[in-house]
Amino acid sequence: MSTAEVWTLIIGLGVATYLIRFSFLGLLAGRELPPILREALGFVPVAVLPALVAPMVLIQEEEFIADPARIAGALAVILVCALTRNVVGGIAAGLAAFLAIGAFSL
Amino acid sequence: MMSIEPAAEPFATPHGAESAPIGPTRRGFVSGIWAAVPIFIAVIPFGMIFGTVAVEAGLTLSETMAYTMIVTAGASQLAALAVLDQGGPAFMAVLTGAIVNLRMAMYSASLAVHWRGVGMLWRVPAAFFLHDQAFALSMARYARADEPTADRVGFYFGVGITTTIVWIIATLVGALVGNSIPQSWGLDFVVPACFLAIAVPMIRGTANVVAALVAALLGVLCADMPGGSGLMLAAATGIAAGMATRRLMERRS
Repeated sequence: MSTAEVWTLIIGLGVATYLIRFSFLGLLAGRELPPILREALGFVPVAVLPALVAPMVLIQEEEFIADPARIAGALAVILVCALTRNVVGGIAAGLAAFLAIGAFSL
Repeated sequence: MMSIEPAAEPFATPHGAESAPIGPTRRGFVSGIWAAVPIFIAVIPFGMIFGTVAVEAGLTLSETMAYTMIVTAGASQLAALAVLDQGGPAFMAVLTGAIVNLRMAMYSASLAVHWRGVGMLWRVPAAFFLHDQAFALSMARYARADEPTADRVGFYFGVGITTTIVWIIATLVGALVGNSIPQSWGLDFVVPACFLAIAVPMIRGTANVVAALVAALLGVLCADMPGGSGLMLAAATGIAAGMATRRLMERRS
């Protein structure tokens, strides 16, 4: 990749990302959203985040791999966060489970 | 939807709001900074991973830092860089990164609902900090605490600015020392663990559970779709499934 390509990427993606982020904050400012769109938006975080996470847990290098350490780690995060709603505790439990099971399966 | 009345208020002044535009409060800003601290545990390794990957792919230190400071969206930075690294043209790399970031249009719309009366002076810089962490933490806070809008805006900036600064420093550290971090530290698992820990407390009720499970399943099934489009499809299907579930349950009760 050339220097020109790299800077095209940096500037191009920077501008595109800013415009995406500004879209509704700027353009829809103060306007009422249709109720159905508002309801859909309420589901955005609970749908996008799992869709982002699940492949990170179950896919490595484009292959589906049921890695016990990753699955145990993910389940530990879910369990602790569902019971305690403690973000740091959940991450710590997940990492502990991931590293512990990973050490066993080596 | 865009009907314009003859005596319409100026564009940035929403209907029904007080005359002065709302800006962030210091109180909200400080609570946002504190709320961001637990997220460092994920932002730092993710930033370091990005810094390492970028330098390994052949970016100079200044290119890596410009990239991370201008875009500030890790997943899209990695995806777009992979396209260039595999010999793809720059416009395809930009397109790939933009598709990965399309979810932020949904974040933007969600945030706007809570930001009535906030002036453009604050909306313009706010958009720069609208990444996953700032969005997720702010929405969780808005759902939990019934605060004045000015405090909510302050909270958002507190989270957004803090995590962005930490992200930039972490990228720099990763670019400088990344190659010497052992794989066995499990740094790569921290990123999904963080996203999960943010998402799980927000998943309340059957409709939310259905939305999350459907989105997760499709996220895996569609993972090899090009440049982030699988993520968009999975999220959209999850949202539709959640809304359908809510309607089914309402009909039954």
